[in-house]
Amino acid sequence: MQTPIGAAAPVTRSRRVLGLRCRACGQEYETQATHVCTACFGPLDVAYDYAEIRRRASRASIEAGPTSMWRYRDLLPLPDEAPIVSLGEGMTPLIKADRLGAELGLRNLYLKNDSMNPTNSFKDRVVSVAISWARAQGFQTFGCASTGNLANSVAAYSARAGMDCYVFVPDDLEAAKVTATSVFQPHLVAVRGNYDQVNRLCSQLLEDVPWGFCNINLRPFYAEGSKTLTYETAEQLGWRLPDEIVIPIASGCQFVRHRRAVGELIDLGLVAEPADQPRLTGAQALGCAPVYNAWRAGSRRVQPVRPDTIARSIAIGNPSDGGDVVRIAAETGGVVEAVSEPEIVDAIRLLARTEGIFTEPAGGVTIGVLAKLARSGRWSGEEVVVAYVTGHGLKAAEAVADAKFDHVIEIDPSLRSFHERVLGTAKE
Amino acid sequence: MPQFRIPGPLRNLSGGQPVVEVQAEDLRGAIDALDGLHPGFRGRLLDDQGEPREFVNLFLNEDDVRLGDGLASKLKATDEIAIVPAVAGGA
Repeated sequence: MQTPIGAAAPVTRSRRVLGLRCRACGQEYETQATHVCTACFGPLDVAYDYAEIRRRASRASIEAGPTSMWRYRDLLPLPDEAPIVSLGEGMTPLIKADRLGAELGLRNLYLKNDSMNPTNSFKDRVVSVAISWARAQGFQTFGCASTGNLANSVAAYSARAGMDCYVFVPDDLEAAKVTATSVFQPHLVAVRGNYDQVNRLCSQLLEDVPWGFCNINLRPFYAEGSKTLTYETAEQLGWRLPDEIVIPIASGCQFVRHRRAVGELIDLGLVAEPADQPRLTGAQALGCAPVYNAWRAGSRRVQPVRPDTIARSIAIGNPSDGGDVVRIAAETGGVVEAVSEPEIVDAIRLLARTEGIFTEPAGGVTIGVLAKLARSGRWSGEEVVVAYVTGHGLKAAEAVADAKFDHVIEIDPSLRSFHERVLGTAKE
Repeated sequence: MPQFRIPGPLRNLSGGQPVVEVQAEDLRGAIDALDGLHPGFRGRLLDDQGEPREFVNLFLNEDDVRLGDGLASKLKATDEIAIVPAVAGGA
């Protein structure tokens, strides 16, 4: 059995959690802060006692819960007595996107706008679970390796919890993401390298320090927070599953959990079993498309790449769950598609112009892939399609700053100038 | 001599040592040498075809070896080879 890394207090167990199980070889472990199977290096997932969950979780119990993702607490790995660290994450809007849908020939298109979370990205879901679990285990220090959004969230939630915080990021991060992290006064470490190098460094340093890093040794618990995005989507659709979900792919960690969430919703009877399970479709930027490359090659073996894309928040060249993304996309009838840098920017503008939502480039990747697939004739038009928009545009506004599109009309403070310049008619 | 940095989950194979030096010309030779010193490493790092296992990342100094010459990567005396579990990061 592995030794808990840095657990300052005995592990507080949830009655719903049986332990950890290796996704690759099935080896089982006690509940603890670790993420790697010692037998095969495979990923560890939380193993639940679903009979216990079934006794507790129902549509009624969930609907009676808080207006946050914690209404699904019975499906998350936190012990009952553990206080949660919350900024009100989750229950973000699910918007029926009629204007974007009209452009794409989709009559039932929905956008799950997760940029409406407390730090304006989907990461608040996973961080809230990870930090709540870590604090319950007695960890004093919390941290992450991040492409930016996770840094924002980890720094904010650490401040909320009063925990010491270390955040490691690539040194070329967007200015807004640096500011939106440093304002919370973590130990912010800029590493001269790309995200994959930051991640490797953090994996190594955690061998020597008693810290909880949400996407490393806390990863099995952290990842579970992703499921709430799909739970909410089903609840907001009236307790039914969509026909297809378009999801951005970075490490693939989130994608894998949406497959699990779909299975849990059906198995627990929270939704009626559909004739066909939702197709899960992955979106990447061509400038960092290792999972798309594997999909095209018909292989689960993902070859790393050096990222070169404006979609920095999903620029992971060595995606740890990439092979599982390929498998799940194939199993569910989904696809993995990728878009170019101009297509990403066009998609950001398209979403903004049609639906009033400003997303960061990762959201441009998702909407770009949605548009590409729609225009290629993937859908008849009646399917219920949901796209996950996972981060706010102000985090990387420079991606769409372009004089050609900046429709600013400068005038003097006079009615004459207004009429001349704005309306194009001279004032009498 | 080039040296391996051994991750926690594999230190039971290296007698608890976090660093092991080997004599080798290239990375494949280095893994053979490591396995000679501490039997069991080859099977944990490489699959039946002799390629790195799915969840094992090998870094030669700063870079993932798959971005370079893979197991054929030549080694210098000052090189560090890090064995790092693939599962980390992201969401």
